[in-house]
Amino acid sequence: MIGKLHRMLETREISCAELTEKYLSAIENENANLNAYITVTSEEAKKAARLVDARIAAGESLRPLEGIPMTLKDNISTKGILTTCASKILDGYRPIYDAFVWKQLRQQGAVLLGKSNMDEFAMGSSCETSYYGGAANPRSTSYVAGGSSGGVAAAVGGNLAAYGLGSDTGGSIRQPASFCGLVGLKPTYGAVSRFGLIAYGSSLDQVGPITASVEDAALIYDAICGYDPMDSTSQGGKPVSGALKNGVKGLRIGLPDEYYEGLTSSVRAALGDAAKAYESLGAEMVRFPLPELKFALPVYYIIACAEAASNLGRYDGIRYGYQTKDYHGIHEMICKTRSEGFGAEVKRRILLGNYVLSSGYYDAYYKKAQNLRGAIVQAFAKAFETCDVILAPTVPMTAFPRGRKQSDPTEDYLTDICTVSVNIAGLPAVSVPCGQDQKGLPIGMQLIGRAFDEAGILAAAYAYEQSAACVKPCEMGVRL
Amino acid sequence: MKDYELVAGLETHVELSTRTKIFCSCTTAFGSEPNTHCCPICIGLPGTLPKLNREVVNYAIRAGLATNCEISHISKMDRKNYVYPDLSKAYQISQFDQPLCKNGWIELDSGKRIRIHRIHIEEDAGKLVHQRGDTFVDYNRGGVPLIEIVTEPDIRSVDEAREYVEKLQLIMKYIGVSDCKMQEGSLRCDVNISVRPQGSETLGTRAEIKNMNSFAFMQKAMEYEFERQVDLLESGEKVLQETRRYDDSTGTTEGMRGKEDAQDYRYFRDPDLVTIVIDPDEVERLRASLPELPGAKSARYVDAYGLPASDAALLVKYRRVAEFFDEAAQGLQNPKTAANLIVGQMFRRMPTDAEKEACEPGISPRMLHDLAALIESGKLRMNLAKSTFEMMLDTGKPVLELVSESDMAGMDDAALQKACEEVASANPNAVADYRAGKEKAMKALIGGVMKATRGKADAAKAEEILLRLIEQ
Repeated sequence: MIGKLHRMLETREISCAELTEKYLSAIENENANLNAYITVTSEEAKKAARLVDARIAAGESLRPLEGIPMTLKDNISTKGILTTCASKILDGYRPIYDAFVWKQLRQQGAVLLGKSNMDEFAMGSSCETSYYGGAANPRSTSYVAGGSSGGVAAAVGGNLAAYGLGSDTGGSIRQPASFCGLVGLKPTYGAVSRFGLIAYGSSLDQVGPITASVEDAALIYDAICGYDPMDSTSQGGKPVSGALKNGVKGLRIGLPDEYYEGLTSSVRAALGDAAKAYESLGAEMVRFPLPELKFALPVYYIIACAEAASNLGRYDGIRYGYQTKDYHGIHEMICKTRSEGFGAEVKRRILLGNYVLSSGYYDAYYKKAQNLRGAIVQAFAKAFETCDVILAPTVPMTAFPRGRKQSDPTEDYLTDICTVSVNIAGLPAVSVPCGQDQKGLPIGMQLIGRAFDEAGILAAAYAYEQSAACVKPCEMGVRL
Repeated sequence: MKDYELVAGLETHVELSTRTKIFCSCTTAFGSEPNTHCCPICIGLPGTLPKLNREVVNYAIRAGLATNCEISHISKMDRKNYVYPDLSKAYQISQFDQPLCKNGWIELDSGKRIRIHRIHIEEDAGKLVHQRGDTFVDYNRGGVPLIEIVTEPDIRSVDEAREYVEKLQLIMKYIGVSDCKMQEGSLRCDVNISVRPQGSETLGTRAEIKNMNSFAFMQKAMEYEFERQVDLLESGEKVLQETRRYDDSTGTTEGMRGKEDAQDYRYFRDPDLVTIVIDPDEVERLRASLPELPGAKSARYVDAYGLPASDAALLVKYRRVAEFFDEAAQGLQNPKTAANLIVGQMFRRMPTDAEKEACEPGISPRMLHDLAALIESGKLRMNLAKSTFEMMLDTGKPVLELVSESDMAGMDDAALQKACEEVASANPNAVADYRAGKEKAMKALIGGVMKATRGKADAAKAEEILLRLIEQ
């Protein structure tokens, strides 16, 4: 996709201004249906496009991402542009600095179309905890786009952006990519700087691309994976584009039993077909149990909520964002601001997080979760002695209908069961489309790799993508 | 009424004088317009991340080494979660269970050691400013590096507490990690205090007293709190474990919050910061770079130079004065002379602590050295030396520009003999008094000789000659 647009710009088949205009008018027409964007940055986009056209006119060579219209999840800080985390509490907040990843892309000539919808503070699996309402799945708009990076997936899937950056704390890039038939890459923890990404679970968060193809994902990863001294946990990743066509001959693909429990029949069948496809490409399947995986979900919710409770303490109405109208004294101001500014799911996780950290419960929850996290890390390390990549479903099911009533708020937490383990272990994983269910909703599979082996999982993903029936793009948005 | 003993431990916060803040590159300079030394990181804007300033770690290690602490090889940063408007992230990045330094001590003059439990690094908060009936926040101080130095409950009196803090303050100034100004808040003390019957081995229930920003307040607060707790016990009541605030307008302490309202800080490791690994070679390098500390310096002055302990303490109390003295004393046979000139004369021109602290006498240590050397060699009589030193301090000129060779030559014996004869014959009453047994009269006669010779005479020699004349 990105390569194609790049060639069109390069050959002057279309100007960057025209291309950008196409996207902006598509957003104008379709966003009401998809609710992919919270903020559309038309003026900034047009201005960036004019600069690109000026460079083309001056005969300068076009860099790979230059002039390509894209979107950012609304938890990635953009100087002077609203950054809301889809929360009322960040109402009106315009950062005074750029996130590392946006700085990288901006300097490479990216054209930002706008900021995408998401679950509030990235807490959710449907995009429906957004203060601005949920995003629709472009494949079938009565279904959710997934979450939390649902807006990016809806925008890219609905051709309202060529690509986008999301963030993944427990599956928030891979799950919506899977639901919308897209490629979503969660890089190794430390491969991409978190500076400027508004924190949810700091030890789990990573920024990564949601794209139409594996090639695009590799291209974007290479553009954002540099070392950043401003993020102490940043190590910088290795570029992967050159390794994309390495193939899978002799590759040992692990299939841990636990990932294959509780799948819907269509997901099970699609994963079975994918394994067969890999075998026919020369890969070897290795089946083994990974019992530690059953701890992943509780460990994730304890650690993520604990970190979130601390990270979200700063939203007090004093310095930026929403502030309650009527109050007596600072204490009431802070209480009312937070009560009115946060949605129910965010409040639930703040309460959970403070509970597991509080004295008397710390050892039983937080400390135990940390110990189990160590066990999960070890288990993966051991698994990677017998295989090179792990193949698993991204989500046990396909997208669910929008607006369904839940009796238990933790029901949605189960959709994360296959994705959270990867964040806990800090590993890279890419979700790739691998079929669809009876309703025509996309199914995704994820390839999990060793730390900093983005090249390995993307090469495996690419090999599959090239061999499989190509996923048809949605009949909406910009069609070129 | 039983005799009670005071038991106290101190928690001292010392602001480090690194050039930049602990997690960003903002300046730590004090006293600027509110919110001008701030950036997205130290005001905790969403998405920002802290980056540990390694200089802060080095400063804290120096503080640990100077107070005889063990230095950890591995350490980490934790989040202390609490909500207050001056804390921009709603958590303070501090150290919970792996402090940089532990198990040290500071020795008091009595030889008693106050043990140091731990020293850890953390960030300071901003501060609230109440103005025009409203409250504002100034984040300039937010993110300024602090060390917290926690003692064991080894302190038994207000005087010991004061001496400990003074010693600590002096050590920190010597090693250059802080200016330790209590008024500016760069040194702040909280005291944990309890009482128990004299002779008891068990610790009583303690109260923590905050907000003492001067030695005087610390003293008053501790005295008040001691009396308050003794009164409670004497009347059969119990001391509550609580945090109390010292109110300097009333000279009393008042309860802030009890144990049941104690804040639960929900400490956990800060996931934004990586493990701090400390290279033992680096620790040794820092140890070697430490200057001579005040305790060792003062012992050297007493043992090697023969200074009285009180003079040694006066010199050591001001780092720059001690450095001035050390430089002047180099190569002198008897540095005591130089010490006396500093304590006796130079200090008179520096009446305030701040002036002694700054130590700008207008002459160089070398000039004092030259003067002392002349005295030592006997070329310059003491009383001439004193007036010359005053002139040096007035003019900033070296000794040889102020006194001539002839001034220093002293007097030959014949001239002195003549001067003594003249004084003796001019003062028959004094001579008679001396003969009658009034020893004091000799002093008057010697004074006369000194006056007549404009101080050039050797007083001892003059006395010898006068004695001979009177006995004739």
